[in-house]
Amino acid sequence: METSHHNQSWLRKYVFSTDHKTIGLQYMFTALTMLLIGFIFMMIMRWQIAFPDLPIPVLGRWLPARLAPNGVMTGAFYNSLGAMHGTIMVFFGIVPLAVGAFGNYIVPLQIGAPDMAFPRLNMLSYWLYFSAAVFILASFFLPGGAAQSGWTSYPPLADFNPGQTSWILAMILVITSSLLGAINFLTTIINMRAPGMTLWRMPIFVWSEFVSSVLLLLAFPPLEAGSVLQLMDRVMHTSFFLPKEVMLFGVLYKGSGGGQPLLWQHLFWFLAHPEVYILVLPPMGIVAEIIANNTRRPPHGYKIIISSMLFIGALSFVVWAHHMFLSGMSPVLANFFLVTTMIISVPSVAILTCLIYSLRGGSIRFNTPMLYALAFLPMFGIGGLTGLPLGLTPTDIYLHDTYYVIGHFHYIVVTGSIIAMFGGLYFWFPKFFGRKMNDTLGKIHFWGSLVCMNGIFFPMFITGMAGESRRLWVPTAQVHDLAVQPWNVVSSISAWALFLFQLPFIYNFFHSLFYGEKTVENPWHATTLDWACPSPPPHGNFAEPVRVYRGPYEYSLPGAKHDWLPQNLESEAAL
Amino acid sequence: MMSEAAAMDMPHVGSSTGVTNAKLGIWLFLASEVMLFSTLFTTYIILRLGSSSWPRGWNVLNVPMGTLNTLVLITSSVTVVMAYAKAVERKRGQFRLFMGLTIALGVAFLIIKGFEWGAHFKAGEFPSSSIFLAAYFTMTGLHALHVIGGLITNSILLVLSEKQWDHPLFVGRVEAAGLYWHFVDIVWIFLFPALYLL
Repeated sequence: METSHHNQSWLRKYVFSTDHKTIGLQYMFTALTMLLIGFIFMMIMRWQIAFPDLPIPVLGRWLPARLAPNGVMTGAFYNSLGAMHGTIMVFFGIVPLAVGAFGNYIVPLQIGAPDMAFPRLNMLSYWLYFSAAVFILASFFLPGGAAQSGWTSYPPLADFNPGQTSWILAMILVITSSLLGAINFLTTIINMRAPGMTLWRMPIFVWSEFVSSVLLLLAFPPLEAGSVLQLMDRVMHTSFFLPKEVMLFGVLYKGSGGGQPLLWQHLFWFLAHPEVYILVLPPMGIVAEIIANNTRRPPHGYKIIISSMLFIGALSFVVWAHHMFLSGMSPVLANFFLVTTMIISVPSVAILTCLIYSLRGGSIRFNTPMLYALAFLPMFGIGGLTGLPLGLTPTDIYLHDTYYVIGHFHYIVVTGSIIAMFGGLYFWFPKFFGRKMNDTLGKIHFWGSLVCMNGIFFPMFITGMAGESRRLWVPTAQVHDLAVQPWNVVSSISAWALFLFQLPFIYNFFHSLFYGEKTVENPWHATTLDWACPSPPPHGNFAEPVRVYRGPYEYSLPGAKHDWLPQNLESEAAL
Repeated sequence: MMSEAAAMDMPHVGSSTGVTNAKLGIWLFLASEVMLFSTLFTTYIILRLGSSSWPRGWNVLNVPMGTLNTLVLITSSVTVVMAYAKAVERKRGQFRLFMGLTIALGVAFLIIKGFEWGAHFKAGEFPSSSIFLAAYFTMTGLHALHVIGGLITNSILLVLSEKQWDHPLFVGRVEAAGLYWHFVDIVWIFLFPALYLL
């Protein structure tokens, strides 16, 4: 066990590693793969939405007849893909990428720590996540197939639908992984800071991971409990979420009764609303880092941004029921959640305003990471503003469960979180691998993705406002949807085009990994500690103990010779 | 189990707050555990308030056995504190005595619980029989899993006291395990009246 870390075996160094950087990269590769898989599921579904009941080209011939007889997908298969798309993207793609990958790799570096507080626990977190990911994909091949009840898994349907048990088990694994990870991050950030790294000297990204970890720690257990209850309902035939008799698919199910289907919705959204902020806070942190670095000026309102994040974190625990305005809730309660929802939009706007204002007077470098960070600002703005009508009961009654909701949510997580994390990948790639990614390919990837993403999601606002319901297997089945069907085609074609624009990224990623332009310790002339160690950093990160002398963003100091002054240097003379 | 690696990997780790990582970590873990069990208690309250025929606990459950189990667990909370105190005083023999007692009491708790469950099953009472029994079996079952987790941790510490008695982090680990064991105990102190007596 006590092998010196300089001559570890290959297995210990690259597979069962306890080094936060290796684990971060493991998270990154797994999460990017899961994002691609979730995206492929969606591309298959988009065929059915654009051209219902026509055989799927190419892929249709390969799918087994039980899923797609004659190449036309069945409703059950459509539902499976939908449920898996949501689950995989949220729990197995974006959160592991934002927290597991970026958090693991960058947070210890930015606070000047040699590793996470509990390196072995960190390894356990990753392998729990990995097993859960394998398991949820394997569920397609189990009897009953993959879960079909949407990523929200509302009972009573979820208590009876085939495939749901494997969904629950995978969720329990991934929740446990996230809980252990959150404990690790919080302990690391609280306790492992280098001397001089006071709380108000921590980079915004570290703060964003801190708030996200608090949310993970406190919001996930209720869903874990809920999952256990649903597991009991399915395996031990209890009725936590069921009345005495349920009629489903023409079959009458009888149980002991006494349960409440609404209870699950409360437990689910008690997690899943804070979850939305777990999805956006770390990307906001990434954007703040990139903007500070590429405007060569300190971000406007460092303390405002961080206070807003803390405020969002606290308030995100009391907004969950705005997802349930139409679930049969007392109007008094609905008013409460309406008000908290309106209040929570204020700090989000404050953060966005600070970031936009940070551009003023900067000398902006338009490199690939910066393009992504700049695109995040208006795109996240659209996502946020379109959310307001959903938080207000009068308008939500009309828009609830339409494509409008899907459009809003995806503007937040795709043109928001994913755009920001692409920027983060280009930004920290030199740190990860000691080589730069190609800028031209990066710009092709950027412009193509930005246009296609808007092409996918903007039409959803139009179809949604026309009253088209989400989760429709055959969207043309309802007459009022026929008029907007062309927009579904636009959306689908944009989705497939988006895939094509990911190819330059995939090529760029792997090509740069081996042949990219070699880079130095601090290629972007950044000030935070992650750039004060070699690229990639060795085991233990810093050659000698680090000491922090100043705040994280000392760019363009008046009278200074250079336009950046790293946190770990006592004076400019050492630069 | 994060034993020596945490310390060995990182020779120059300071503590920004003066609290050890293990202690901070276990408190954070307990915070999430509080959320887990409070969700179950909330569920219990909501289901009970919404039910027209919620049985009185003592009509369905075996109160003497539950009381006995409460005593067993409270005693084990005392012995685990004694074990910690002996670890601080560096008295290995007495540490092992008290840690052994803690483990024995934990096992006794599970055996008594097992008899209770066995009697229910024999009487044809299963989780699917009623919503009350569903809550009872789920909550005590999850609690029993936590007891088993504590037993494993305590047993590991008992074994490690052989070779790692002088490890700089050993006492801190005993303290962390003790905090966890207290938590398991406290959960039962809420479970017992909620299920048996109310």
